[in-house]
Amino acid sequence: MDMKRDYYEDVQVFTSKVIVFWLGVLILALAIFPFVAKNYYVYVANYMAINVIVVVGLNLLVGYTGQISMGHAGFFAIGAYGTITLMTQAHFPFLLALPCAGLVAALFGFLLGLPALRLEGPYLAIATLGFGITTTQIIGKIKIFGERQGLHAPDLTIGPWHIQTDKDFYFVLIPITILLVLLARNIVKTKVGRAFISIRDADIAAETMGVNLTFYKTLAFAVSAFYAGVGGGLYAFVLRFIEPELFNMFMSIMFLTMAVVGGLGSMMGPVGGACLLGLLDLQLRNILEIPYFGQWIKALSESYFTMTGVSNIQLIVFGLILILIMLFEPLGIFGIWIRTKKYWKMWPF
Amino acid sequence: MVDFLQMVLSGIAVGSSYALMGLGMVLIYKASEVPNFVQGEMALLPIFIAFMLLSTYGVPYYIAFPATLIFALLLGCFLEFAILRRAKEPNVLGLIIITIGMEMMLLGFVSWKFGADQRAMPFPISAYDSIVIGDLFISTLDMLTLVVALVIMLILFLFFRFSKIGVAMKATQQNENAAALMGIKTKQIRMVTWGISSMVGSVAGLLIAPVLVEPYMMWDPMLKGFAGAVVGGMTSLPGAVFGAYIIGIVEHLFGGYVSIEFKSVVAFAIIVLVLCIKPSGLFARHYVKKV
Repeated sequence: MDMKRDYYEDVQVFTSKVIVFWLGVLILALAIFPFVAKNYYVYVANYMAINVIVVVGLNLLVGYTGQISMGHAGFFAIGAYGTITLMTQAHFPFLLALPCAGLVAALFGFLLGLPALRLEGPYLAIATLGFGITTTQIIGKIKIFGERQGLHAPDLTIGPWHIQTDKDFYFVLIPITILLVLLARNIVKTKVGRAFISIRDADIAAETMGVNLTFYKTLAFAVSAFYAGVGGGLYAFVLRFIEPELFNMFMSIMFLTMAVVGGLGSMMGPVGGACLLGLLDLQLRNILEIPYFGQWIKALSESYFTMTGVSNIQLIVFGLILILIMLFEPLGIFGIWIRTKKYWKMWPF
Repeated sequence: MVDFLQMVLSGIAVGSSYALMGLGMVLIYKASEVPNFVQGEMALLPIFIAFMLLSTYGVPYYIAFPATLIFALLLGCFLEFAILRRAKEPNVLGLIIITIGMEMMLLGFVSWKFGADQRAMPFPISAYDSIVIGDLFISTLDMLTLVVALVIMLILFLFFRFSKIGVAMKATQQNENAAALMGIKTKQIRMVTWGISSMVGSVAGLLIAPVLVEPYMMWDPMLKGFAGAVVGGMTSLPGAVFGAYIIGIVEHLFGGYVSIEFKSVVAFAIIVLVLCIKPSGLFARHYVKKV
């Protein structure tokens, strides 16, 4: 609907001043948020920010390059374990360990990207799925990573600043998140991003036009893995304790769910999807404490279902969301937004 | 040498249940062109129905097992009819996501209903007896799995060769438009394919259930069956069986000679290796996109 009149309009990071204004408002709101919200909600915000980082990275791969990855929990785990190990064993400072772990994840992404060059559809899905499962299994057997017992995150100090509470960490996490999202937006607007999109739309045509498929496909995997790795490194400090069981297949599927619900191939969509589903995830974990609804669920579980399995309602809800989104709004939240915008712009027609 | 043969034998026994899951996946992949992540859970719900019938209501085996299989058939048909068919202009990723959604719903439902306890299903033969052939041991349950898998493969072969529905299924898979023009109701055929696939998967599940019944029990066979199907080429039924047996055998040999710890991940290493050499699996013709 927005007509582009020249090249420079196409490559702008922000398409209008309105967006810049609202982004400013958002950043301001994020800066004030921890001072007004309760401590638990700061934790929730941290959790959501982690999801945003990973899902934006995943979206670069799935939404923009059109490759399927069902193994992002693997990169996430590499990032988390990498950061902690670099800090405790090699005594790297946090701000150095984090990108290093991200680069290690990117290296693995590059390696996974190599076989992925020849695969598509179900073959790629099972190969990446296998990667995710294998990584977690292998990490769970290595001594330096604490095997089954897992690892505790070390104390976090950046320069003179000693980070202890969720609120402190919030101020580390949010700037990194904003930076990475802007970076992703920037990547999409450059030559690299256009190459990604051309591969998604028609890889043979792209190759004929001179896009180096080998380079850009592996690059997409590497960049996406870097995001997941950095996200994992930060996640280790949100939880303060990591174990191999955390990074299971459902985590990969959750990331994919967030990207799809948000809307593949857009920038704000996955951010919204990650926030929304991240929040829903945390809420559903203690479903019995939701007023009225929780009691109803409890009564229902006691008479027809089991109380031990009540947390699995989460799975049912997410499954339902996935199916409904795919059936009725394949573009996700972003699609709903576009339709609403179009409706009001065209109103009353 | 005895060790080696013993491992191969155990591998074949395990491979049989993978092969059944793989067959189910290939059937659906050929009909709907979607890697079916709900395959495991399509078997899981019937297993729990069987478990409930047998241990809670005390229904005899000869009624409970057929009832379970019929339920599986209906479940598969229902999933295709109610959900997958409704997708608008789906692409591969969209279809995968829909099957994952169905899988999460079924898994969530089963774990909510039955809790996460580990149980064992009552079964006519004990899971811990074994038969001795020369120096080799095989448990009676494994033997039964092997025999049942072979019988089902034979039935499927005959079904696709001689029955009218089977031939119609093959026609639909080869060229949907042509089949529709010949008067085949392709939508119904696809639905029935899902039902049959669900039934085949449930048989595999019923043969695992005497050892362990819990909500995550079908994950491993499903993934290994999928891996086997991918090794075999996703579009070839004999390929899926072959791939599944290869995975079962290699897994056991790896567990015996190299490292028991990494036994369960070796399947994925095999897939990556095979796919690097033949990107569409061993038995499928590589499809080259024309411009």
